[in-house]
Amino acid sequence: MSRRAGSRGLLPLELRAAQAERAGKRVAGPVDLVIAGRGLTCVIGPNGAGKTSLLKMLHGLLPLSAGELRWQGAPEGLRARQGFVFQTPVMLRRSVLENLAYPLRLHGLGRTAARARAAHWLERVGLAALGEHPARGLSGGERQKLALARALVREPELLLLDEPCANLDGAATHAIEEILQAARREGTRIVMTTHDLGQARRLADEVLFVVHGKIHESGPAGRFFEAPRTGEARAFLNGEIVR
Amino acid sequence: MGEILDGLGAAAVLVFTLDPYLVEISLRSLAVTLSAVLVASLIGLPLGAWLAVRDFCGRRAVVIVLNGLMGLPPVVVGLFVYLLLSRSGPLGVLGLLFTPWAMILAQVFILLPLIASIGLQVMGDLWEEYAEMLTSLDATPTQQMGTLLWEGRHGLLTAALAGFGRGIGEVGAIMIVGGNIDHATRVLTTAITLETSRGNFALALGLGLVLIALALTVTAAMHLIARNRGTHP
Ligand SMILES: Nc1ncnc2c1ncn2[C@@H]1O[C@H](COP(=O)(O)OP(=O)(O)OP(=O)(O)O)[C@@H](O)[C@H]1O
Ligand SMILES: [Mg+2]
Repeated sequence: MSRRAGSRGLLPLELRAAQAERAGKRVAGPVDLVIAGRGLTCVIGPNGAGKTSLLKMLHGLLPLSAGELRWQGAPEGLRARQGFVFQTPVMLRRSVLENLAYPLRLHGLGRTAARARAAHWLERVGLAALGEHPARGLSGGERQKLALARALVREPELLLLDEPCANLDGAATHAIEEILQAARREGTRIVMTTHDLGQARRLADEVLFVVHGKIHESGPAGRFFEAPRTGEARAFLNGEIVR
Repeated sequence: MGEILDGLGAAAVLVFTLDPYLVEISLRSLAVTLSAVLVASLIGLPLGAWLAVRDFCGRRAVVIVLNGLMGLPPVVVGLFVYLLLSRSGPLGVLGLLFTPWAMILAQVFILLPLIASIGLQVMGDLWEEYAEMLTSLDATPTQQMGTLLWEGRHGLLTAALAGFGRGIGEVGAIMIVGGNIDHATRVLTTAITLETSRGNFALALGLGLVLIALALTVTAAMHLIARNRGTHP
C-alpha cells in the first residue's frame, strides 16, 4: 500500500473539547483526543459509556454540540479516508461481491474494475467462495468479515471498528484479528472498541478507557494493563462494576 | 338468474372467439393504464426516494398531503383535467380533450400520490436501515436515492402494480375527459357502464370478465414478486 505514502494524509485527526448530545442528553465529552501516527488503539469501558459515540464523533457521523473535529487535507476528505465497521453491520440486498464493490462504485470506479478489486479483498478475508451468495444470508462471522472488507476496500488511512468480534467464536475472532494485524502492518491507523480485554491485550498499542462519556484514562497498552492509574480502571480490569 | 347464466355464456363466446370489439377496448384499457403507471412511477418513485433521504422544513406537511391525495376522488380529478384541457382552459390549444392522452393525464394525477406514497413507505423503511452506512460511505444524495430505488425494487414494483390495479378499474375520470367515444376513447370500464345502461348484459359481463382477468393477473404477479423477495431477503 505505497499509495498512502505519496497522498496527502488525514491524520492527525483531532477532537478538541468535543461533546455530543442525543435527545438533548450529553452522551459523550468533553473529549480531547489526537489520533496520529501508526498503530492500533482500543477503546474500552462499560456498556453505555460512550464508546460508540466517540467513534461516530471521529467519523463525523455524530454532530458535535460543542468543541471541534479537525483533520488534515480537504474538508470533504474526512469520511473518504476512513473506513467504519458498525456494531451491527448492515448488508445491502445484493451478493457478497456486489456489497464489496459498492463503496468503489460510489467513488466512480467502473463496474468491472470495482468487481475485480472487490474480488481481491474477498480473497484476503477468506470469503472468495461466497462471492455470489446473497450477503444477507451470511453467518455472523462471515458478515463481520464482509463488513471489515467493505471498510478496507477503499484502503482508508484510518479504520474505525465498533466491536468487530462481538458474538464471534474463537476461530472467527482470530481470523478478524489477523486481518486487522495485516492492515496495521500496511500502515492503516486503527481505532476499535472491544469488550474483550484479552483481545485488547493482544492487539492494542494504546488504550482509551472511557467512562461516562469521558476518556477517564489513556496510555500505552502495556502500562495500562500492568499498572492502571485510576481506581476505576483497576476495578474495570478486575471485572468489577464501574460507576 | 337466467339472465346472468345467459350473460356468462355469451361472455364466454366473446372471450374465446376474441371478439374484435372486446380486443380493441381491452388493449386500449391496457395502453392507457400502463402508460399512466409508467409516467406516474417515473415521477413518483424518485419523488418518494427524495422524500426518504431529504430532511427539510415542511417535509412532514408534504408527506401528509401526499398521503391525503391517495384518496383523491377520480371524478374530481376528471373535472380538473377537463377544465385544464377544455378549449378555453390553459392547455386547451393542445386539443387533447376526448383523446387517450387526456385519459392518461387524468390517471397520472390519480396514481401519482398512490405510487409516491407507497414508494416513500418502502424507501423510508430502507433509509432507517441504511442511513448511517450510506453516510459513512459518503454517498451523494443522488447515489443515496439510486441505492434506495434499487434496493427497494421489489417493494416499488408492488407500488406500481397497486397503481395499475387502481387505474385499470377506474371509470369516473376517464369517462369525463375521454368521453367514451367508440373506436377512440372507449375502454373496458366505460364500455361496461354503457352496455349495462343499454341492457347488453352479455357484452357487459364479458367485458367485466376480462377486467377481472387482468386484475387477477396483476395479483398473481404481485405474489410471484413477493416470493422472489423471499429468496433475496
Ligand atoms: N440514538 C440515541 N438516542 C438517545 N440516546 C442514545 C442514542 N444512542 C446512544 N445513546 C445513549 O448514549 C450513551 C452512550 O451510548 P454508546 O452507544 O456510545 O455507548 P457504548 O459505550 O458504545 O455502549 P455499548 O458498550 O453498550 O456498546 C448511552 O447512555 C446511550 O443510551
Ligand atoms: Mg457501543
